[in-house]
Amino acid sequence: MELLEHDLSGAPESTLAALTLGEQDERAGRRSLRAQIDKLERELADAFVTAYPMGGLDEPPAQSCRTPRLLDLGELERVRDELAARVQSARATISQRADEEAASRLRLEKMLLDPGRYRFVRISNREIGEPGCGVWYVRPRLGLIGMLMGWWEVKLSSGCPLATAARPVTGAAACGQSYSRR
Amino acid sequence: MSSSSGPVEPRLREEFPGLRLQWTALDARARPSPREVARRVRDLSDRYRGAGVVAMRTQPIPHAYRTFFRQVGVDPDAARIPSEEAAVKRLLQGRFESRDAVADALLIALVETGVPVWALDAALTDADTLGIRTSVAGDRLGGYEGGGVPLPAGQLVVADGVAVHATLFGEPAPGHGPGPRTRRIVLFAVGVDGVPAIHVEEALWTAVDVLEAS
Repeated sequence: MELLEHDLSGAPESTLAALTLGEQDERAGRRSLRAQIDKLERELADAFVTAYPMGGLDEPPAQSCRTPRLLDLGELERVRDELAARVQSARATISQRADEEAASRLRLEKMLLDPGRYRFVRISNREIGEPGCGVWYVRPRLGLIGMLMGWWEVKLSSGCPLATAARPVTGAAACGQSYSRR
Repeated sequence: MSSSSGPVEPRLREEFPGLRLQWTALDARARPSPREVARRVRDLSDRYRGAGVVAMRTQPIPHAYRTFFRQVGVDPDAARIPSEEAAVKRLLQGRFESRDAVADALLIALVETGVPVWALDAALTDADTLGIRTSVAGDRLGGYEGGGVPLPAGQLVVADGVAVHATLFGEPAPGHGPGPRTRRIVLFAVGVDGVPAIHVEEALWTAVDVLEAS
C-alpha cells in the first residue's frame, strides 16, 4: 500500500500495470470476503433462531468499534474469521443441546414406563425441547401410602406460573394429567 | 412525492454498489402528532412478538443491513441495526409511544419497511450535495465554522458541501435534526446491497405521507 503513495510518473509501464493488477486483486479479495461475511451472517442468523427455543446462544464478546468505516483486506479477514468462529461455536452449542434433549426424552420415556425406578425425578419441557413451562415428575400416589406401597406415577405440571403474584394454588387440582403405573 | 439520489463517494460506490442515499424535502414541524398518527404508532406495537423479533434477522432487509454493518466493521449485536433497535425498544418498553410528528413518521416508515429514515433541518442542510463519503482529516461531526466534534479520517459519514451531519446509520448531530424552529426538513434514507431501491423509496414515501397527514 505504501508504494501507491510514491510518485510513479517516471515508473515503467510494466510496474504501473503490476500495481493496477495488484489493486484489482485486492479489490476482488475484498469482494470475496464480503460475500463470505454475507453467507456467514446468514448462517449465524439461522443458528440464532434454531438455538432460541433451546435457551439461546451465548452472548457475543463486546465489540468496542461502533463507527462504520471502509475495512481493508486484513480487517475484513478478521471479521470473517470471528464470524466463522461464532458460527462454529453456535453449531457446537446447538448440537450439544440437541444431544441433551435427546437424552432427556429417552429418560422421560423410561420414566413413563417404569416410574418406580425414577423416584422424584423431574424433567422440564425445556429440557426435552418442548415449549412451555411444564415439568414431568415422578411422585408417589396417595402420598406416604403410595411411597410405602411402591405406587409411583408420572405427573405433568400444568404450565407457567402467572406473571403477577397470585395466591398459591392448593391441592392436587393444580396439576394436569396423570400417567400412573404401579 | 419526488426523491433524489445523493452522491456516494466513487470509492465507496465501487466497494458497495448497492449503497445509496435517497432524500426528499418538505415543509414539516416537530409538533405533537395528531390523534390518528399517535394511534397508528401505538398500533404498530402489536406487530411485534418475541419470536418474531428473534426471527427478524433472517428476513431479507434486516439481513442486508446486518451484513453491511459487519462489512463496515460494526458488530450488529453490539450496535443494533435501526429496525432491530426499534423492535427491542418496543419489547422492553411494552409499546411504542408517540413523540412528535417527525419522530413518529420516521418510526412508522422504519417499522413498515425496515428501511431507516432520518430527518435534518433543511435550513442547515444543502440537500443537493447531501450524500455519503468517508471523513477526511479536519472533518467535524455537526460542525459549522469550527464547531462540532472532530472526526477521525476514514469514517463513513452523511455530509453535504457544508457540514458532516451524522455518521452513517447514526443519529444526526445535535442541532442538525428538526428543532422547535424548524419549518422545513430534509428526509433521507440509506439503502445497502440487498435492499431493493423500491423499499428505500417506499420508506421515504411512508414518512412523507404521515407528515403530510399531520
